Amino acid sequence: MTTFLLGAAAFILGTVTLGLVRILRGPGNADRMLAAQLLGTGGVAALLLLGVATGVGAVSEVGLLLALLAAFGSVAFVTGGGRSSDASAADTRGAARSEPE
Amino acid sequence: MRLALDLFTIVAVTLGAIFFLAGTVGLLRFPDTLTRLHALTKADNLGLGLVVLGLLPQATAPLGWIGLIAVWLLALLSGATVGQLLAEAVRPPEWDQTRTPDAPPVGHPNAPEASSHD
Amino acid sequence: MTSALVVDAALVLLVLGLALWITAARAAYGAAVGFVAYGLLLTLVWVRLAAVDVAMTEAALGSGLTGLLLLGAAARLAPYEADEHRRRPGTVLRVLVGVLCAAIAAGLAAVVLLLPDPAPSQALAVAAHLPATGLGNPVTGVLMAYRAVDTLLESVVLVPALIGVWSLSTEMGWGGRPGFLTPCRSGSALPLLARVLPPFGILVGIHLVWAGADDPGGKFQGAAVLAAMWILVMVAGLREPPPVSDRLMRFLLVVGPLCFIGIGAAGIRLAGAFLAYPEAYAKPLILAIEAGLTISVTAVLGLLLAGPPVPEPQYQRQSRRRS
Repeated sequence: MTTFLLGAAAFILGTVTLGLVRILRGPGNADRMLAAQLLGTGGVAALLLLGVATGVGAVSEVGLLLALLAAFGSVAFVTGGGRSSDASAADTRGAARSEPE
Repeated sequence: MRLALDLFTIVAVTLGAIFFLAGTVGLLRFPDTLTRLHALTKADNLGLGLVVLGLLPQATAPLGWIGLIAVWLLALLSGATVGQLLAEAVRPPEWDQTRTPDAPPVGHPNAPEASSHD
Repeated sequence: MTSALVVDAALVLLVLGLALWITAARAAYGAAVGFVAYGLLLTLVWVRLAAVDVAMTEAALGSGLTGLLLLGAAARLAPYEADEHRRRPGTVLRVLVGVLCAAIAAGLAAVVLLLPDPAPSQALAVAAHLPATGLGNPVTGVLMAYRAVDTLLESVVLVPALIGVWSLSTEMGWGGRPGFLTPCRSGSALPLLARVLPPFGILVGIHLVWAGADDPGGKFQGAAVLAAMWILVMVAGLREPPPVSDRLMRFLLVVGPLCFIGIGAAGIRLAGAFLAYPEAYAKPLILAIEAGLTISVTAVLGLLLAGPPVPEPQYQRQSRRRS
């Protein structure tokens, strides 16, 4: 069971870090924030799995801390002028537009 | 009994991991910011929720259960707020005029998705 | 064992890659968003290094307060950014800076590689004498007993830092309310979060301070969480930051360091040295210092982010913008 939980933690972590490609590609800062947000949630899941698998309660507590402060990045994003600086850069032209790959 | 609980953990955690995978694929492949937001909130709510559900039989004391569920509830609250805040931040200014409380803006099929799925 | 190695190697590559991107990114705002993700990665790295206390600090400061500070600063600097890019330094200067940076990196690498093996350590001596402090968490034991002078200076230095921020205020603004946190103009989501989250956050913050005696956690981690909750309330516009002329608030800013210095000075008489604790009362005294410091660090961190005071009319204009 421990091996499975650790494997699941590694899998989730690997998956969400792939999402960091969004930080490189953008196009808007809001998209970068989304990737950071997904990394936060995936990190919480990985920490919980790690904490239960290893039996170290403090690791789960780090997960609790991350979950508690998860919204702060986005709060900072919108209060720090996210709207004014990002509305033009964000990609909201609808689903019809296809992503250049 | 132990075997059944372990099986439950494996199924729930695997499903949760699949939701994280789906969320990441959505974040990378979806065409615009609001639909990407939609993908993100799925991973937030269901992915983490299923992982927490799967971990419950493995956690020892009732305190461990409370901690796990508290993490999920906090993530739900944060996810809901983040969805609202980011959708508000990326909404183009011209929608402010066209949008009425019930009707989504014309020509933007994604708008109700992004603002209500959190 | 090997799979853990793969995970660790992937983490290292990710941290390095993201750090390179943040340094190379042209737009400060995007780089600051990348830095939030970087903080999350560092939290995971510290957990992998079994330094859970540091991971908690990174989680509390990196994902909470640093993002707010950097994103706010980047947004304020955005109007001048294009100008800054046009005045790029010349090739000679850039090569010189690059060479200097490489020399520093090589020096650091040499220091790490030349460390004797095993590295000099006091860990065994600390572990042997930890019971005398009554604490179970060796990190707290080292910070409060063996390196108490460092901890005292670290907590005192926060106060001059805040005075430095306050000194940026204009003549007219002195005595007014800090004006850096402009309340958010969004609809209903943020005030709701600011009403629901703080009760949980305050509970977790106090828990971290209390549990810090025996488990990972402590005053800085707890105070960072408490300060984050206070800032959330201020950003949502539910409460205004206190004016810098407020006497009670100024007292709270220094109560922690005063309490630390007072108990330390009493140690000269009671235990024979500055900052020494009489052995029978070591734990209660350490807890008293931690409680005082928690209050002061929370107040200082919150006010550091709230920024320099602004004149009252300007503050009201900013507040009206929220709607």
